[in-house]
Amino acid sequence: MFGKLKFTDIPTDPLILSVVAGMILGGVAVVAALTYFKKWGYLWKEWLTTVDHKKIGIMYIIFAMVMLLRGFADGIMMRTQQALAIGSQQGFMDAHHFDQIFSAHGTIMIIFVAMPFLFGLMNLVIPQQIGARDVAFPVLNNISFWFTAAGGAIMMISLMIGEFSNTGWTGLAPLFEKEYNPGVGVDYWLWAFQIAGIGTTLAGINFFVTIIKMRAPGMNLMKMPIFTWASLTSNVLIIISFPVITAALLLLTMDRYLGMHIFTNDLGGNMMLWNNLFWMWGHPEVYIVVLPAFGVFSEVVPTFSRKRLFGYKTMVYAVAVIMFLSFIVWLHHFFTMANHPNVNIFFGITTMMIAIPTGVKVYNWLFTMYRGSITFTTPMYWTLGFLTLFVLGGMTGVLMAIPPADFMVHNSLFLIAHFHNVLIPGALFGYLAGFSYWFPKAFGFRLNETWGKLSFWGWAVGFTLTFMPLYIAGFMGMPRRLASLSNPEWAPYMYVAVVGALIIGFGIFAMLVQLFLSVKDRKKNMDVTGDAWGDGRTLDWSTASPAADYNFAIIPEVKEIDDFARMKKDGTAYQRPQKYYPIVMPKNKPYGAIIGGLSIAFGFAMVWHIWWLAIGSLIGIIATVIYFGFDDDNEYVIPAEEVKRIEDERFDAIEAFRAQHTINEKEVKK
Amino acid sequence: MMKENYFKNSMKAAGLLALTFFLSGCEKMIIFNSKGPIGQKESQLIITAFVLMLIVVIPVFVMVILFSKKYRASNKNLDYRPDWHDSKKVEWVIWSIPVAIIIVLAALTWKYTHELDPYRPIKHELPALQVEVISTDWNWVFIYPEENVASVNELVIEAGRPVRFKLTSATVMTSFFIPQLGSQIYAMAGMLTQLNLLADEPGTYLGQNIEYSGTGYHKMHFDVHAKTAEEFKVWVQQAKQSPESLSTERYKEISGKQIMDYPVTTFSSVVPNLFQDVMAPYMEWMGHIGVDPGHYHQMNTTDHGSHQMPDSHSGHDMNHDMNHSDHSGHDMHEMKTDTMNMNH
Repeated sequence: MFGKLKFTDIPTDPLILSVVAGMILGGVAVVAALTYFKKWGYLWKEWLTTVDHKKIGIMYIIFAMVMLLRGFADGIMMRTQQALAIGSQQGFMDAHHFDQIFSAHGTIMIIFVAMPFLFGLMNLVIPQQIGARDVAFPVLNNISFWFTAAGGAIMMISLMIGEFSNTGWTGLAPLFEKEYNPGVGVDYWLWAFQIAGIGTTLAGINFFVTIIKMRAPGMNLMKMPIFTWASLTSNVLIIISFPVITAALLLLTMDRYLGMHIFTNDLGGNMMLWNNLFWMWGHPEVYIVVLPAFGVFSEVVPTFSRKRLFGYKTMVYAVAVIMFLSFIVWLHHFFTMANHPNVNIFFGITTMMIAIPTGVKVYNWLFTMYRGSITFTTPMYWTLGFLTLFVLGGMTGVLMAIPPADFMVHNSLFLIAHFHNVLIPGALFGYLAGFSYWFPKAFGFRLNETWGKLSFWGWAVGFTLTFMPLYIAGFMGMPRRLASLSNPEWAPYMYVAVVGALIIGFGIFAMLVQLFLSVKDRKKNMDVTGDAWGDGRTLDWSTASPAADYNFAIIPEVKEIDDFARMKKDGTAYQRPQKYYPIVMPKNKPYGAIIGGLSIAFGFAMVWHIWWLAIGSLIGIIATVIYFGFDDDNEYVIPAEEVKRIEDERFDAIEAFRAQHTINEKEVKK
Repeated sequence: MMKENYFKNSMKAAGLLALTFFLSGCEKMIIFNSKGPIGQKESQLIITAFVLMLIVVIPVFVMVILFSKKYRASNKNLDYRPDWHDSKKVEWVIWSIPVAIIIVLAALTWKYTHELDPYRPIKHELPALQVEVISTDWNWVFIYPEENVASVNELVIEAGRPVRFKLTSATVMTSFFIPQLGSQIYAMAGMLTQLNLLADEPGTYLGQNIEYSGTGYHKMHFDVHAKTAEEFKVWVQQAKQSPESLSTERYKEISGKQIMDYPVTTFSSVVPNLFQDVMAPYMEWMGHIGVDPGHYHQMNTTDHGSHQMPDSHSGHDMNHDMNHSDHSGHDMHEMKTDTMNMNH
């Protein structure tokens, strides 16, 4: 009835139990609150089944932030363990617990923080930036979110029932094979990853089509905002590379479930195949998460420098070149697998070539600041932090692109320091810059600046203190993933790193305080114009904050790059249209939530070999998709009068605000 | 000639600069405290590349600070040009400098990736010491085929004489790494990889597995003792006196179950062809499906005149290994030639 699942599979480790208890209590509290305030209907109708890209974006980001807390908890446990378990000390966990934590940390941070965060931002911003009313496939958008959430749920279940993988976020062939890993840990990793990956592929297709087909008239490719450009390249990478990991995971599924030998040592299997397949996806994945962050910086810098982006064309070519090159560098993840030197040289040189467009982009951002008039808001802080810290990560990356240099630092803490140095300042700082930059667009009020900046300092200082010592420990020969340290000489660096991690913890705490205070003082930081920073340049700032369901009452005609800046200059911004038209919008649908729920059941059943449930839920998913295919009742019309009412309200508010503003200014002058 | 000297000198100068600036007095950074030519070249390469890239990186720091100060909105003498967004001159500079640096780095990559290929034998007047390395869960077995001795969790080499490692794994993938001597390389079951290193001076160095291989991974480190020629001879003599011998059963005891911290042991003799036999079961499907490893072993423990083993059987099956040679690219090819060498 329950496959391999037994009562003894519930962990008894007090540490895990307390976390699980906390999670269950938290869950109960949320359920109780929803019931008490009678919000279940609201939650279901307005959020869980929504097809509004703005709300889906918010759900993605909330999901990413919750998972960030879990991923960070794993991170700080790793740092603590390595600072405690030195010499004969055992630390506070055993080696098997430690390996699950580093595997979970990586999987969560990449698949369940970075990916949902970037799709959250794309959802919030892209349709508004390109002058569209929604994405190309609104219901699919909801389904994509639910696949990701289902993967995350399977991750969380692994904490409560059974165990998680011990083979890192990348998987390690042949260690993840049944022979060496008979437990359910690898299966949890496999299904969480696989299900979330399917959601990502679907979302990638959705945004690719949206950007290609749904731009406002006049917005040709070379007038597209850079964030949209960066997202386009990122989605191309998703569409091409995610099927590779889906196939690779499917092959691993056949190994683990059907006794095949694709990545085994023997019977014709080849473990080296896994390294190739994984990184054929894994390397583009790095750029999938980093390119949209570059896009965010390309929006933030011009806005707060009050100046057009320097070298728009160069920026476009640079992202395109990075996109192309990122497909032909994967082998640099295993230069040490005894490849022929010429093979290593090819991949080494293609890798270091990526530094060229990346370096050019850095200078373009700097030259955008040059001769600008810069205000130092929170998004700008994140950007400047990125510029200074990211170049170090880029530098160590090029270093490791040289195969013989890599032979010395590969798999050491130097590598850990390197990729955190690109992913934290590069990707995460970008997302957090985007978060504070577009938050007023999503909610209509700005975030608290003081706590936002404190959060930045927490992250920037904490990051530096955590990872610079790891570079040095890498030079001291310290391997990654050590459950205990044999060499006491590494210890001082681990102590500094744990202090750094605590400071990052403060950064996260400041972020939560910032959210709390901002919601509390939302009246004070209210924005009625829609152009919250006053210097927005792209179409996303021309809509209301938050935008109406349909974003644009009248689809704008684009004439230039940064078209909203042009409108403000010409005086054509904030004009009441002469006539309104009825607008057709997509209807909310429950299919995503149903498929998501069934996916959790399917993943769980596969992990525990509960075949009836696996087959049942799979049939359920297929049936839902077929039913969805026959559902023609998927649009509704907002009448012109209703559109007029909403828009009039907005323009009245803007005019009232302007009038008030001028009165205030006069008073100040007096 | 001039150019090369100039290049070498500038490399040295750059190296010194970075060393004083970044690593002052840090002997503990063993990557930069190499005791062999491979490691020295590799660490110097790291420093050279690091210094070259500072050409791009330092201006970024300077410009971030400078522009943030100069172009802040509150600055009263602001030279604000909102429409300045294009400059061919600037574009030329910001493209060409990184391109130039990458061209130099690419040239260095070409040169040193060939020169420091782990498979490339080190040119030296002395013949290389042969060591066969087997990683198990979770210990290291080192076999000295020419001396017919072996050790577990301790590697003894001769300083001033190249060492040629042949590596395989009894189970999962591992990476063999002696940071102070240079390059790491993966060890994989059913495959043979190679590594050539040289220790210039006697001493004790850290050796370790640097690829996660299961719960005992953090215990997979060992001491590398580089001894003088004399001392090494003495060590071999002592090993020959050891009451322990590395038989098939003994090997199975070390590798068969998941054990950590197997005590350092030296063995006075080694069952012939142990290294090949560790790889063999992973290749059995090639033509011997259904043959159990024990039987296979008997077929192969043969024809090693120099290795006097009591249970020698008839002729080593060369064709058998030939069949295996097309298994996996150059790795298996090496396996074939290796077997031939063994039968000297």
